[in-house]
Amino acid sequence: MGGHLNVNHLLFLGHGALWTIGLSLIALIGGGIAGFAIALARISPHKSVRLLSATYVQLIQGTPLLVILFLGYFGLAAIGLKVSPLAAAGASLTLYVAAYLGEIWRGSIQSVPKPQWEAAEGLALSRTQRMMKVILPQAIRIATPPTVGFMVQIIKNTSLASVVGFVELMRSGQIVNNSLFEPFAIYAIIAVVYFAMCYPLSLLSQRLERRMGRGMVNLAPA
Amino acid sequence: MQQNASPPAPIVSLRDVQKSFGSLRVLDGVSFAVERGEVLAIIGRSGSGKSTALRCIDRFEKVDRGEIVVCGHRVDLPNVDLRALRQDVGIVFQSYNLFPHLTIEQNITLAPRSVKRMAASQTRELAHKVLAQVGLEEKVHAYPEQLSGGQQQRAAIARSLAMQPKVMLFDEVTSALDPELTGEVLKVIEQLAADGMTMVMVTHEMGFAKSIADRIVFMHRGKVHETGPASILTSPKTPELAQFVGTGNLKS
Repeated sequence: MGGHLNVNHLLFLGHGALWTIGLSLIALIGGGIAGFAIALARISPHKSVRLLSATYVQLIQGTPLLVILFLGYFGLAAIGLKVSPLAAAGASLTLYVAAYLGEIWRGSIQSVPKPQWEAAEGLALSRTQRMMKVILPQAIRIATPPTVGFMVQIIKNTSLASVVGFVELMRSGQIVNNSLFEPFAIYAIIAVVYFAMCYPLSLLSQRLERRMGRGMVNLAPA
Repeated sequence: MQQNASPPAPIVSLRDVQKSFGSLRVLDGVSFAVERGEVLAIIGRSGSGKSTALRCIDRFEKVDRGEIVVCGHRVDLPNVDLRALRQDVGIVFQSYNLFPHLTIEQNITLAPRSVKRMAASQTRELAHKVLAQVGLEEKVHAYPEQLSGGQQQRAAIARSLAMQPKVMLFDEVTSALDPELTGEVLKVIEQLAADGMTMVMVTHEMGFAKSIADRIVFMHRGKVHETGPASILTSPKTPELAQFVGTGNLKS
């Protein structure tokens, strides 16, 4: 064993990186859709719906992602439900992302001033119309910077999926390291690749936040 | 208060309306009625319940007891058709509440298009018509933020007018405006009154109330304390109204 880092190792790492992106996309799309439903449920006119969604959010936010992953993979397997690492990781991350995005978006919807709701109500718009045409367009502006910021967290958190044997970037690094025993070089490469994926999003988030700051004073395009 | 219901039923009528926020009774048996084409001004100190009374008409507040009938809708009943009610009632707020992400034209056409399902070309014509009514035709493509407070409030009035309401409610619509911008908004309301629009307004502008209102309702501690033609402002019968109009009412 031993040997040197060669192009095959790099290809293997690249493959892992692609799965990191893939898992992030699964988590963000699945979690985004579920999170939107959570956000709406959190402000539902029905108390039971609000309560149920709030309980969900509290449960997920109070549980480490690692534990959710373990439950999804080893836990389900123990009670006879065999799931693939990808399914377990994808589902766990989706549940996790849904709770957080749901909260971010609920907050954004609720920070649209109440008089905007009343004005829309006074014009006889239905609840759906008020939401779609008046509230959401304003809430999206508020939600964009924290949402993009949260995406960075998700990309990094997909590394936890390595513990259930899903070969994403982190896991592929471990595998390569097991054959080469060059942890510093390999994990440095891994770190750089994660950074290269996250930094553009961080920059975008900062830029959006600056634009939002200006937007408060003057929303209208010149 | 008894307003006798003459053959054409009043557009708005409140009978013995009660409303509490927690232990605070804001409306304590309020009754008044507004006939078609009438302009009613509700005046009173802060906390007298005047804004709450107005908001009850459009069901922004639910009442605890009493009867409210607006354009035939029993507003006090839980099963009132809110969307039908709000097509008949236009409301303008103190803080304008234009939608900041839409142009003035889009602000105006949103409800006619979404609620009344009018065609786009038709709603654009409508927008021009109502903007002309408030003297803002040139601002049709501007965003709310590019307008002064007075212009925004006029645009908000135009937005309400576009739904062709049977009655307009004005909730202290000039209170957020500098004195020099108040006039342009009051002029628009005056013109509406001259055109025969039925209106209920909560206002602090005593001079304006006196010149435009057919009838004044003076509220005090959740009750209609005194009511009558605008002349009650110059010759009040109750000491409370006398004291109220005696203190700082002289701007017009």
